[in-house]
Amino acid sequence: MAIRKSTLLENLTAYGFMGPALIVLVLGLVYPLATTVHMAFLDWSMGTPWDTKEFVGLKWFEKLTTDPSVWKSFWVTLKFGFWVVLIEMILGTFLALVLERPIRGAAIFRTAFILPLMISPVVVGLIWRYLFDARAGMLNYYLGKIGIEPILWLADPDIALISLIIADIWQWTPFIFIILLAGLQAIPSDVVEASRIDGATWWQQTIMIKLPMIKSVLIVALLMRIVDVYKVVEVVFIMTEGGPGLETELLALHVYKVAFNSQNLGYASAVSMLLLAIVTLLCLVVLKFSNPLKQKSDF
Amino acid sequence: MNASTEKSNPGHYALIVVLSLLAIGPIYIMIMTSFKSQVDMFSRVPLWLFVPTLDNYAVVLTDNKFDRYMFNSLFVALMSTLLTLAMAGLAAYAIARREFWGRGFITYGNLMVRMVPPAVIAVPVFAIWSRTGFSGQFEELWGLIFFYTALNLPFAIWLLFSFVKQIPVDLEEAAIVDGATPFQVFRLVIFPLMKSGYAVAAIFTFRIAWNEFLIALFLTGRQARTLPVAIQGYLTDEGVEWGRIMAMGSLIVIPSLLITFFAAKQIITGLTAGAVKG
Repeated sequence: MAIRKSTLLENLTAYGFMGPALIVLVLGLVYPLATTVHMAFLDWSMGTPWDTKEFVGLKWFEKLTTDPSVWKSFWVTLKFGFWVVLIEMILGTFLALVLERPIRGAAIFRTAFILPLMISPVVVGLIWRYLFDARAGMLNYYLGKIGIEPILWLADPDIALISLIIADIWQWTPFIFIILLAGLQAIPSDVVEASRIDGATWWQQTIMIKLPMIKSVLIVALLMRIVDVYKVVEVVFIMTEGGPGLETELLALHVYKVAFNSQNLGYASAVSMLLLAIVTLLCLVVLKFSNPLKQKSDF
Repeated sequence: MNASTEKSNPGHYALIVVLSLLAIGPIYIMIMTSFKSQVDMFSRVPLWLFVPTLDNYAVVLTDNKFDRYMFNSLFVALMSTLLTLAMAGLAAYAIARREFWGRGFITYGNLMVRMVPPAVIAVPVFAIWSRTGFSGQFEELWGLIFFYTALNLPFAIWLLFSFVKQIPVDLEEAAIVDGATPFQVFRLVIFPLMKSGYAVAAIFTFRIAWNEFLIALFLTGRQARTLPVAIQGYLTDEGVEWGRIMAMGSLIVIPSLLITFFAAKQIITGLTAGAVKG
């Protein structure tokens, strides 16, 4: 890195380069975030003039602590996040280890695996809503073939969340798979080769060499997925709209619903802040493990 | 890798084929369903072979509002991608190569902001937008472009930052010795060497802007509606018209399919950026 003296001119030049991005980031992200904090202390309904707002202190935060629907969706988010991240990590890691060897036609398969990641979450929601549809969907028909009674995938309170988890696993396991594959392929081949000459079995190589060497990749992938769980809205919105009841109402969707169904932007902002607090905590963990400025060996 | 010495066994191959089919299957079913007639759709036995019909597409494409939605989506996605790339490249260069007051803060802030859920942004964005009093198709579209640019900048800057860092500093120093101004250094030395980085950033920026749903739902009225929001409107409680919806879904994923087929390598670079060194 070119370290120069921090002269005034150097600062001005740097800010000249940074300027446009900085202005957009401040107005388009920082200002909305600050507005969220501000609104969390206000009573203001959608559609009414801004002047009618009223300062209500901690009212929304008090409501938050006793609101069963918030804690319900918090719990749903934790449950969803736990299963999704656990299964995707295990499955993705397993597949990456098994399929690590390059094969003929790898490019085609790789393309197939990326597809679920690239298509719009709204469309992912639609596809799975269709597949899970009790009448039009194919899933129940084929399950019927093997003697399983039709399942109300999206309407049964005990099953709806599982349906969402299945859709998420379909979409995001490839992400873990691809990241870990890249991690595995970055391991110097002589290390693996040496262990092979020493007579290590595939299992020994995996447990004692490969997994420890991709530990940082594993951790980053894990944390990226954990953070992403708090962003999920579209797929749920399309598939179940949070129902039946609140069984699939993830926290991010709950924020939307509080804002638009109850028109209460102040309370929605307070719930947003709970979501933000969780994500911020997770971010600090992410930064601790993956900081592009601190990775000295990076490039 | 010692792979070339190992023979790929059939089981290994079969597993990959099955997994690929699982990945593609649901998307394939959507596209297949979009070509089904109303009768075939509700056949009790799911049909894999049927006479394809373009009826669903005819209905969707002749709906005079659809080309408006298409235009809105394209306009927003392309403009915000362009703006994001232009700004992110300059910013990434400054962060990677220049010392300035607040550099660490900006970098950390940039990474933190990447983690913010769009739902958290959508609520205040709505409040801010309704206070500006802007309305009408192009005001709303430019509003979306602005917020999508803001939303995409953190990732784009971060990605391009890692590309700038790979460029040898000597090149710039040679240019400076030759009397190039800072912007000339960027334009003549850095920019040409960052093209592959821009390609990756463009894919991910376009993907977000083209697919984004929540902010568009909050911000746009009838005129400025984008495709993901429009398609959601077709879902009703009683009797979902799956044929039409699947046709719209198939149309929405066309850009994603094209990008995936032609730029899988760049996508992988983007996905693994930050997680895997090198």
